[in-house]
Amino acid sequence: MALPTIDIKTLYTYLEEIKDPEVPVLSIIDLGIVRDIQLQDDELQVTITSTYTGCPAMDMIATAIRVELTNLGFKKIKILRSISPAWTTEWMSEEGKRKLKAYGIAAPDKRFTIPADGVECPLCNSTNTRLVSEFGSTACKALYQCNDCKEPFDYFKCH
Amino acid sequence: MNNLIDYTLHLADNALILGQRNAEWCGHGPILEQDIAITNISLDLIGQARSFYQYAATLKADGSTEDSLAYLRTEREYKNCLLAEQPNGDWAQTILRQFFISNYQHLLYQHLLDNSDKTIAAIAEKSLKEVSYHLRWSSEWVIRLGDGTEESHSRMLTAIEELWRYTGELFEPALYEKESGADVSSLKHSWMEKTKTVFEEATLPIPEQVFMQTGGKTGTHTEHLGYILTELQYLQRAYPGAEW
Repeated sequence: MALPTIDIKTLYTYLEEIKDPEVPVLSIIDLGIVRDIQLQDDELQVTITSTYTGCPAMDMIATAIRVELTNLGFKKIKILRSISPAWTTEWMSEEGKRKLKAYGIAAPDKRFTIPADGVECPLCNSTNTRLVSEFGSTACKALYQCNDCKEPFDYFKCH
Repeated sequence: MNNLIDYTLHLADNALILGQRNAEWCGHGPILEQDIAITNISLDLIGQARSFYQYAATLKADGSTEDSLAYLRTEREYKNCLLAEQPNGDWAQTILRQFFISNYQHLLYQHLLDNSDKTIAAIAEKSLKEVSYHLRWSSEWVIRLGDGTEESHSRMLTAIEELWRYTGELFEPALYEKESGADVSSLKHSWMEKTKTVFEEATLPIPEQVFMQTGGKTGTHTEHLGYILTELQYLQRAYPGAEW
């Protein structure tokens, strides 16, 4: 059975089709979840890492990768999980941060502790905002509110 | 090898049992944002438990899986600290329990970064980031309730009286801890310093000398664990092999 003639670089492009289930504008490539793709003999090995240890989306993402690669014609696929080095928001692409803001989520701020205020509102760009809760709709997000436009918004926490 | 397996299970059990306790708040939190906070913390802990159980299963190499270890062991096989299995009580007791354990995990995981076992060190590194949030969140709640109203202060005093006796066990190493390079007694001083700092700002007293309860690390638990495992394990035991 002949392997599909797709090079590794193009495979990354295909995997951009797979989005984070909770933040569907971000692909697993934008998030830096896919760490490596290797072809060992005729087996395709994809190494992924979880953002938070308890992230419930990881099983879905692993399945989605498997489905995508199967559709491309690969028969032997192995999904490997790595935990070291630990995932960090530093691995999020700049493109990913832009997409987050367009979607209404504030991108991770270089200040690594969760700021009590000053996070830029993704809707009206004001920095007159306040922290409502360090824990938001998912493990990776915190909840803020803008004092100017009054809208609440999620902030992707630095990790 | 057995010591490493036991140590990994101890770390996993601590995370799972505390995660399970926190999850009991789901839908019952005092306000929405805190319901979300405590369940987020629970999810982080369960994630850590999964990492440790998966590693323990690999080490045992006897067909064990993360699921069989979590769902099919009995009370005396569980190695979590007694503190993790204590009841949620009111919000004061829950956040105080979290503060005591997060303070401990924060120091422990830093200590484990240099552990000779690379997987334990890697899991510790990843978990440390999450535990930093848990520690800050719970410290702020101890201060908020301690230095709050007369009622919140009094509830914190009751919580301290309930839980303090279980904090000693954290620093009494079991054999498997010593053999795995986890010098937990060395963490006690820093843990006390942090606790003193937070308690002072919260206008709460550090208790006088109290007899410390131990036994959890070697499988001798309070009655509570039986009830916790009954809920946790019921479905898997009633319908073996069931999956979502």
